[in-house]
Amino acid sequence: MLIGRVIGELVATQKHASHEGRKVLIVQPLNLDGSDRGDAVLALDAVDAGIGDRILLATDGWAASNAVGRPQSPIDMAVIGFIDEVDVIPGVS
Amino acid sequence: MFLGRVVGCVWATAKNPSFEGLRFLLVQPLTPELKKTGKRLICTDSTGAGAGELVYWVRGREASMPFLPREVPADATIVGIVDEVQVKRPC
Repeated sequence: MLIGRVIGELVATQKHASHEGRKVLIVQPLNLDGSDRGDAVLALDAVDAGIGDRILLATDGWAASNAVGRPQSPIDMAVIGFIDEVDVIPGVS
Repeated sequence: MFLGRVVGCVWATAKNPSFEGLRFLLVQPLTPELKKTGKRLICTDSTGAGAGELVYWVRGREASMPFLPREVPADATIVGIVDEVQVKRPC
């Protein structure tokens, strides 16, 4: 799983049936210092997240499609939680 | 899932029989700002996307799910045609 920020939303009329009724969010994965970690990705919404939210991103197909409640469907990423705080233990890593 | 644009078509006559009737499209991955990122790849199509269209695609095991119960050995599949992208990055 990754930390990310929701930076947008996608509108698609013609899409796989398993994506109906769920938002397709544009998520920018983040490093611990808040900087961008690679390119933005698309994820289905499982928690009613919106633009600006800092979220937890599942990047595996089994995890993502089950989180959305649609197993066995073409979903490889999902927003599965909101992040309140990240504590990095000093001197350990 | 990832954003991309259909930039071509790949024809393969001799292929795994479970691919019969499916189309292979050449996809250029894009950022949400629609700038090119990374290298082009080949996706199977589950939506009827055409040349030049903005699409989104899945990768991995889930790429074969749209074709169930047929077990298709695909690792990237187009699953939606994009009408509009709304982006608002924090300043």
